This record gives sequence, structure tokens and C-alpha cells, in this order.
Amino acid sequence: MQNINTQKEYSDYVDKKTPNSPILKNCFNAFWVGGFICSIGQIIFDYCEYLGLDSTSSLTIVSISLIGLSALLTALNIFNKIGKFAGAGSLVPITGFANSIVAPAMEYKSEGYVMGVGAKMFTVAGPVLVYGISSSILVGIISKLFIA
Amino acid sequence: MKRLGNQTIKLDTPVSILNTACIVGPKESEGPMAQYFDKCLEDEFWGEETWEKAESKIIKETVNTLFSKSGLSSKQIDYCFAGDLLNQCISSSFGLRETNIPFFGVFGACSTFAESMCLGSLFAASGAATNILCATSSHFCSAEKQFRFPLELGNQRPPSSQWTVTGAAASILSCNGQGPFITHITPGKIVDLGITDANNMGAAMAPAFVDTLITHFQDTGRTPDYYDAIISGDLGYIGKDIATDLAKNKGVNIQKNYYDCGVLMFDKETQDTHSGGSGCACFGSIFSGYFFKQLQESKLKKILCIATGALMNATSSQQGESIPGIAHALSIEK
Repeated sequence: MQNINTQKEYSDYVDKKTPNSPILKNCFNAFWVGGFICSIGQIIFDYCEYLGLDSTSSLTIVSISLIGLSALLTALNIFNKIGKFAGAGSLVPITGFANSIVAPAMEYKSEGYVMGVGAKMFTVAGPVLVYGISSSILVGIISKLFIA
Repeated sequence: MKRLGNQTIKLDTPVSILNTACIVGPKESEGPMAQYFDKCLEDEFWGEETWEKAESKIIKETVNTLFSKSGLSSKQIDYCFAGDLLNQCISSSFGLRETNIPFFGVFGACSTFAESMCLGSLFAASGAATNILCATSSHFCSAEKQFRFPLELGNQRPPSSQWTVTGAAASILSCNGQGPFITHITPGKIVDLGITDANNMGAAMAPAFVDTLITHFQDTGRTPDYYDAIISGDLGYIGKDIATDLAKNKGVNIQKNYYDCGVLMFDKETQDTHSGGSGCACFGSIFSGYFFKQLQESKLKKILCIATGALMNATSSQQGESIPGIAHALSIEK
């Protein structure tokens, strides 16, 4: 081991000593779990169309079902285990969004329904909403000005 | 009392550790050290409504256990030094509010127990007090809530992350007693080598540990061989490895008799705790449960305890600040 005199040298040394996350394994699990969740969504969608619903209504039912299922699994202390295993695989689909709202709502229930559940519910999902909605507005304006 | 070198204080009348107690949570109860703890809890709430209340109850019951083990009552305790990780140390102040003992709230992050014992031993050695109570606690769920994410959030922990120990520890220091004795203390400096990753506390705290370790040896003229065991608080696997390297680099080889409480607390392979345990109760419960008994049974005669702490909070992390480390040393001899 060489001498460590600066913060940079220490940081480089720590990087060498710290094991990386198992990226290949994580990617593989994220891939198949993410794909599996999307397949469930597709099955619900096809079934709704089979029942004669139009595609907009079917899509809404897919979102509602996945959000409901994810919220239920979060409440049952199961979703965090899936998330630990699948990472982005369960986080990126709408299931992750539902989990990120239900989890703080459960956590902060002890601080009451107003300052706890109400105020803290969006601590994790808040940034997604802010930047998601902001960028949709921006894209909408661009599309209106230059394309339509 | 006498000052040695830059930072160390030698207690001319060594202060005895009368007794210790510790209570730990369910995950710790499944770990390799379970047999040494006074009580193992079956669930994290312990009949309370919130994790914060549960943590207060754990520290309160640990102190009660200590009183019954040592045969003392709160009336016989002159002062109390205690602290924990929750904002404004509420676990300690709420948990101990009914004891009616003059109280000092102490914050040294995960080094709090050692810091309390440093201060407490000075109080006892100065003649200001006969019996001193030192206590600390931490709780995985309340710490995750305050420092990281909600528990139910489905995210992944990196391999360098550590698992906050649920539990509490307490000890009584006294002018009268048969030992083990606190003979020297070396309060540590704040050391910051610029680590910003809150998931790599071991790396952030290791330089502080090494600084206090080297200073202790310089001040006392001792070498690692003087001690049967050198014990760090919660550096974990990565921090322990780094600390061993850093110390060796400065000419001090501690490989032979060096233990870390974060490494001892859990079984890394089966308990999924990544780099090991952390939190105030990590050093607290391993010292109180395991090392204190080893001293009592004379299996160990001289130990150097250096508990480490990361002096950050959630806001400083979000603002991109680095994590300052601290480490306080206690030399304890039978």
C-alpha cells in the first residue's frame, strides 16, 4: 500500500478496497422481473380487450391493477423483498412508483394523518412527479410550436 | 489524573466498571453473539406503537436490567451520561426521564458509549461522583427512517453498507469496585478524509480510528502487544480492512489481536448484513455482552476499546458534505 497524503489518494484507495455491486446478476434479475411485471400488464390488457373494452380503458385498468397490486404487496411487507432482489426491474415499471408512495405513507403514519401520511407521502415520489410533469409540459410546448 | 502526551489522560485512581447490561433486537438475536446478551427481543416494536418509543423502551429496560444485576438503585447513581442517534437524542432522554438521575446528553454518533464512559470515568476519578451510569441505544428501523429511506421501499443496499444494530447497552462506573478498571482514556479528534458516500461509513471512520490508535500508543509509549485485544466500534469488514492497512502504513501492526464489533455482531453470509453492524448499540452491546464478561472471567486482561462515530446527518449528506469521523479510546484492565 502506498502512502496516503491527500483526500484524492484516500478516495482512490477506498474505491479499490470497496467491492462493487454484482452488476451482471443485478441486471439479469432486473431484466426478467421487469419483463415479468410488464407481461402481467400485457395479459391484463389483452383480457380487457377480449372482454370488449376499448384500448384507452384497458390501459387505465392495467395501471390501476398494477398500482393496486404493488400497494398491497408493499403493505404486506413483500414488495421490499422483491425490490431488493430485482432492483430497477420492479422500480421502473409503475409498480415502483406505487411502492414509493405507499412506503413513506406507512412509515410516517406515526406522525399523524396530516403532518405524517399527508405531508411525507411524496418524499420519494415527489421528484418524479415534479420533473415528470415539468418535462411533459416542456415537450408539449415544443410539439405544439414546431410539429403541429 | 495526569495528562500524557497530546490527548491521553491517565486515571491515577482507576475507575471500576461495576457491571454492564444489554438488550438486543431480533436480528442480533440470530447472530453469532446472541448467547452473550442479557435479553433478546422477538420483535422490533416490543409492544410499542412507534420505533422511537420502542427504542426508548429498550434503553429504559436495559438500565433497569443493569440496576437489578448490580444490586443498585437509581438513588445510588450520581450522574448519567447517555446518548443515541435520533435527533436531539430523544431515545435516551425519553427512556431515562423517570430515573431521576442528573443527566448529561452525549452525542458522538456510534462512539457515544465510549464517549460517555470517557466522561463518566473522569467524573468518578475526580471525586465528583461515586457511581456513574452510562447508556446508549440504536434501532435499525428508527435509524433507517431518519437517515435513509422508508423500510418498505423496495431498493437495494450496496455491498459497503452496514446494518444498524437494534439494542441498547448500559454500564455503571464506580470509584469503589474490584475492576475491570478504566486506566486511560484517549478522546479522539475529528478526522475527515473527504468520503461522501453515506453507504460506506467504515471508510469514512477508519482514519479517525487510526488517528486515535496511533496517538494512544504515542502518548502512553505502549505498543499493540501490550493489549490482549484492540477493539473498534463499527468499522465493519471494509473499514476494518482499511484501518489495518492504514495503521500498518504508519508502522503499527494490529493484525494479530484486532477485533471489530461490527464484524462480530452478524453472520455476513446468512444474515445479509453486507459490511457488518453499526450504530451506538453495536459497540455498546458487544462490549457489555461479550468483552466485559471476558474481562470478568480473566480470559482477557488488557483491552483497548476505540469506538468510532460518523458525525453527519441526513441534511449534510444531501448537501454533498463529506463525513467527518471520530474515535474515542478507553484502556481497560482487569
